Amino acid sequence: MAVIGVLAFQGDFARHAEAVSRVGAEAVLVRRPEELGAIDGLIIPGGESTTIGMLMDRFGLMEAVHARLSEGMALFGTCAGAILMARDIENSTQPRLGVLPMTVRRNAYGRQIESFEANIRVDGVGPEPFDVTAVFIRAPLITAVEPDVAVLAAFESSPVVVQHGRLLAATFHPELTENFAIHRYFVAMATAVA
Amino acid sequence: MSELLWSQRQKSTWRTKVGLAEMLKGGVIMDVVDEEQARIAADAGAQAVMALERVPADIRAAGGVARMSDPKMIEGIQKAVTIPVMAKCRIGHLVEAQILQALGVDFIDESEVLTPADDRFHVDKHDFRVPFVCGCRDLGEALRRIGEGAAMIRTKGEAGTGDIVEAVRHLRTVHDAIRRLQSLPKEELMTEAKELGAPYDLVVEVAQTGKLPVPNFSAGGVATPADAALMVQLGAEAVFVGSGIFKSDDPAKRARAVVDAVAYYNDPDKLAKISYDLGAPMSGISVAAMHEQDRIAVRGW
Repeated sequence: MAVIGVLAFQGDFARHAEAVSRVGAEAVLVRRPEELGAIDGLIIPGGESTTIGMLMDRFGLMEAVHARLSEGMALFGTCAGAILMARDIENSTQPRLGVLPMTVRRNAYGRQIESFEANIRVDGVGPEPFDVTAVFIRAPLITAVEPDVAVLAAFESSPVVVQHGRLLAATFHPELTENFAIHRYFVAMATAVA
Repeated sequence: MSELLWSQRQKSTWRTKVGLAEMLKGGVIMDVVDEEQARIAADAGAQAVMALERVPADIRAAGGVARMSDPKMIEGIQKAVTIPVMAKCRIGHLVEAQILQALGVDFIDESEVLTPADDRFHVDKHDFRVPFVCGCRDLGEALRRIGEGAAMIRTKGEAGTGDIVEAVRHLRTVHDAIRRLQSLPKEELMTEAKELGAPYDLVVEVAQTGKLPVPNFSAGGVATPADAALMVQLGAEAVFVGSGIFKSDDPAKRARAVVDAVAYYNDPDKLAKISYDLGAPMSGISVAAMHEQDRIAVRGW
């Protein structure tokens, strides 16, 4: 069975762990560098990107995740997780992994009262395109991606799900709805032979 | 009665409201009274800040009527940090709530820490686009607030005391009541709902799922990293810290320690290091020695 770690410092890690179990993989909560050793893929949940990044930095997780990525571990970030994966964050010097060649703008849709749900079409995840209800909460916007980044879904002409090799990022929260196709796709990504 | 669970029947905004509460799990929400404190909190790793004019310990000391903060002060804090900013309105003061929504705060705390504006009714929180958090001492109070539209619950504790005993008691009381509901046959749930003073549909949902339909955080009395970790070990999903940070000797250091303690709530070796050499905590008031009329947790209907 695939083993997927969920970074559990802060944010909606419990919902991600539930989603991972629902698609038939084993979920383990990760808080220490040594807990990265036994997993096929890691999920960084939604939450506050500054807080999660700060705690990763403080407790040696930045280095450890980089080391495991170079060994082929897959990585999936949603919302705050996607921000932490981005190479460039507009107007911010916050700690980050910076592994995905894209630029993001934090809280791009406005404050909490602007948070929303929308139906979006996901293409390239599984055999057929499908629609999901996407929940955007104080969400970031992907303002630019390098040409070798695949855009799997877009909303209002901006990418909202992107993939770059074994890296997957979504600006919304697939863990908050009942459609776990994106999690199923990530588990397959994580266990595929590189 | 519908077979659908109560929280699945809400209009779409319910998911974004509870969703933000989900994002705050595992975090620490700190009371701040100015921009400098807000920056200290954010730099320490606070998950959100609660903008208010005086921390609860000072509200106690000052006496008089405690009200919503000046919008100027709230706006200053919104500009100073990128993390979510919450603010408090008085119980039942729907106009203060409307003003806070107009300011674009990320969460409204309809809070017993301020002097209640209504001694019988709370705000109809479904009416608002901004999510609300409300305090509770027991399951009935929690479910009444959720029934009114609260997207997050916090057990009250006794704010501004630095004494954790009430926070522990309220959290245990809620969990005991949930376990009891789970053990009851369905025909007893209506009478149980009557006795709890809670909406029947929510009682049925909790009996089925064994948890509240919204995240349950802890507040009121956290003064040390160990206090914060205690609340998480007892089942709180995040921790509010009011006076405990900025009434201590070294707020920046203590703020960071409380954040770290919630992240590593289950790791005594790390907690020992985290608790090391933090300077004096807030001095505090023992709740057992307080006069009944000085308790603020009893506010809420």
